[in-house]
Amino acid sequence: MARIAGVDIPDNKRGEIGLTYIFGIGRRTAQKILAEAGINWDKKVSEWTEEEANAVRLIITENIKVEGVLKSEIQLSIKRLLDIGCYRGLRHRKGLPVRGQRTKNNSRTRKGKRKTVANKKKATK
Amino acid sequence: MARSLKKGPYIDFRLENKVETMNEAGKKSVIKTWSRRSMISPDFVGHTFAVHNGNKFIPVYVTENMVGHKLGEFAPTRNFRGHIAKKDKGKR
Repeated sequence: MARIAGVDIPDNKRGEIGLTYIFGIGRRTAQKILAEAGINWDKKVSEWTEEEANAVRLIITENIKVEGVLKSEIQLSIKRLLDIGCYRGLRHRKGLPVRGQRTKNNSRTRKGKRKTVANKKKATK
Repeated sequence: MARSLKKGPYIDFRLENKVETMNEAGKKSVIKTWSRRSMISPDFVGHTFAVHNGNKFIPVYVTENMVGHKLGEFAPTRNFRGHIAKKDKGKR
C-alpha cells in the first residue's frame, strides 16, 4: 500500500488510475506525473519500489495542488464571488446553476432533491 | 466563449474617458452608464457606477476584487420573488 498526499491509499490498480484517487489529479495529470517520475504508467501501484513512490510523492508535493489545499482554494474563489455580489455569486448563494444553464427542469445536481409543492385539487366535473 | 486575448478587454470608449478625466481631476462622482458589457479595469477601483439594469440604475461601488468582471454582472436584470401560491393562481 502506497500512501501519497496524506490520506490517499490507491492500490492494486495501474499507476495511472491509482493516482486519480487523489482529489485534484485526473488521468492526464497522473500520466504527466508518472512520465516525470520515469515510471511506466501501466505498472501497478503495488509493484512500485519505495524510490519510485517517493519520486511520485516529491513531484506531487512540489508542483501540484491537491486535496485540502485545492479544496480551500476553490472555496476561496467561491467566497470571492459571493463577496463582490456579482451574478455568479448570487447564483452560488441561491444554490442554482452558475453558468447559465436552464432551470425550468433538470439541474438537480445544484438544486438538490425535488421539493414537491402540494398539488391543487383536481376540479370535478 | 471567452474573448480573444489579442483584442484586449472591451471597455466602452466614452466610459473609459470619463473615468480618466475624473481620475486626473481627482474627483469622484457617480457615473451613470448603460454599458453593462464594459470590463472593469483597474482604473475603475474606488468609483461608483450607476449601472442600468433595464429598469433603473443600480449603484455599484467598485472594489479591487471586481477587476476583470463586467459591470453588468453587478446589476441583476431579473427580479424573482418566488412562485405564486397555488390557491391564488386558481382564483385569478
